[in-house]
Amino acid sequence: MALTASISTANRPRASREPQSARRQWWSRFALRWIVLAVLLALWQLATMAFPSPFFPQPIRIFERAALLWLPGPNGVLTPSMLNDVLPSMGRVLLGFAISVVLAISLGVAIGLSRKFADYVDPIIQFLRAVPPPALIPIFLVLFGTGDEMRVLLIAFGTAWPILLNTIDGVRSIEELKYETATVFRISFVSRLKRIVLPGAAPKILAGVRTSLSLGLILMVISEMVAASSGIGFSIVQAQRGFGFPDMWAGIVLLGIIGFLLNTLLTVIERRILAWQRSSGRETA
Amino acid sequence: MLNIEHLTHTYGTGAKAHLALKDITFAVEPGELVSIVGPSGCGKTTLLRTMAGLMRPTGGDLTFLGNEITSVPEGLAMVFQDYRGSLFPWLSVESNVRFPLKRLGLSKADLDARVSESLVAVGLTGFEDRFPFQLSGGMQQRVAIARALAYRPKILLMDEPFASVDAQTREDLEDLVLSVKKKFNMTILFVTHDIDESVYLADRVVVLSKPPTFVVTTLDIPLSDNRDQIETKEDPEFIRLRGEVARLIRHPKSDDVTIPVADVA
Repeated sequence: MALTASISTANRPRASREPQSARRQWWSRFALRWIVLAVLLALWQLATMAFPSPFFPQPIRIFERAALLWLPGPNGVLTPSMLNDVLPSMGRVLLGFAISVVLAISLGVAIGLSRKFADYVDPIIQFLRAVPPPALIPIFLVLFGTGDEMRVLLIAFGTAWPILLNTIDGVRSIEELKYETATVFRISFVSRLKRIVLPGAAPKILAGVRTSLSLGLILMVISEMVAASSGIGFSIVQAQRGFGFPDMWAGIVLLGIIGFLLNTLLTVIERRILAWQRSSGRETA
Repeated sequence: MLNIEHLTHTYGTGAKAHLALKDITFAVEPGELVSIVGPSGCGKTTLLRTMAGLMRPTGGDLTFLGNEITSVPEGLAMVFQDYRGSLFPWLSVESNVRFPLKRLGLSKADLDARVSESLVAVGLTGFEDRFPFQLSGGMQQRVAIARALAYRPKILLMDEPFASVDAQTREDLEDLVLSVKKKFNMTILFVTHDIDESVYLADRVVVLSKPPTFVVTTLDIPLSDNRDQIETKEDPEFIRLRGEVARLIRHPKSDDVTIPVADVA
């Protein structure tokens, strides 16, 4: 993704002069990216046709199942699987992630700005972040029950660490001169937070958010495999136990697609927020 | 307007104490451009930082508009040498200039007028929406100057602002300083280690010694107000003045100063 972004930026000046060839270039890049996937899918299809096995259904069957399970009906009616599995899963991961982003960035800014505060909380952070979140499922079950709270909070807890540590790092990386400039112009603390600290730390924060996003999906699935009655993770385990292998595979494929879409969304957001530093390193080097 | 009397500053204490500024006295009057010139390492930046209220000196009196300077005073702006570090790379050129004005409670129209007027003054019209990384070093320093102009300070401190731009750009920026000084009738205190620059820009030059630093002398620069990079620098008066400043920096007159450098430590 990142590589493609940099190529298209570098080519922009030429694109305005020769729109024809630029468009062709874009298409060839696009084709290159997807052709490999298409070939692999075709090979997979051929292999499963040549060596039939109930555990490895044909990709075509998997996609058929997936379409049946999740694509809305002809008059836009959502399927039961969409309502009972996909939407609850998305709700959990997005809510947990939102809690994590807000708390981790706030705490990270405070720690990044105050050495003293950092000294107090550093040992706790180092200990807690070393604990693999899935190991906490039993405790979370006891504390928060078997409902959505437990899953949302587990996702929030597990995804907070990369964001927190990156925020601390990002805030500390802001040059002293920026604050001195603000002091000279007598800029208020709140204004500094909004206009200097947060944007200055944004590149690192977003790197943390990216790491956390995939962690969030992992924790969502794991939490739904324990004491759950809905969700994509739940449906995958159910299908496997009931020998519904196409359904199981469909669930896995769906997770891949969701991960891809969320990551693409994040890339778009990141490019907007970090427009000020796009290729800055290269152009001023 | 700005008065510095017997300013001293010592870094550290005890055996490790290092006397950086020994005895600095001078004043800046409204509408004047005073340049401070001295050998590198003579504490010019320390001096400027104490005047900006960014640090407290260990001794002496510092007043701005009659008030003792204890923190950054209202009505003071500063242009730093490191433009890359002092601009906000995530703000556009226009937002960089606008940012310090927000707290001043100006009307939208006044705000817009000030921002565009300053950008015109530094020759950056058409670059409002660029980010700093898209500009050359000289243009970035212009943004920093525009930011200070829009703030309408009573005094503008400039800390070796052109030390890291190329020679041609430097001359352009020097002329820019002269033109905005005239246009906005500004009071400017300009720190530099470049002798030509100090004479070319100033109404008065404060010559500093090597550390522990004292004021060697203060020299009036009776050149005409319309200065030109080529003609002014050919003027015999300019050549005489720059020679004098250079001599003073190299061999401070011992009768001006009672304590020779070696006796201080």
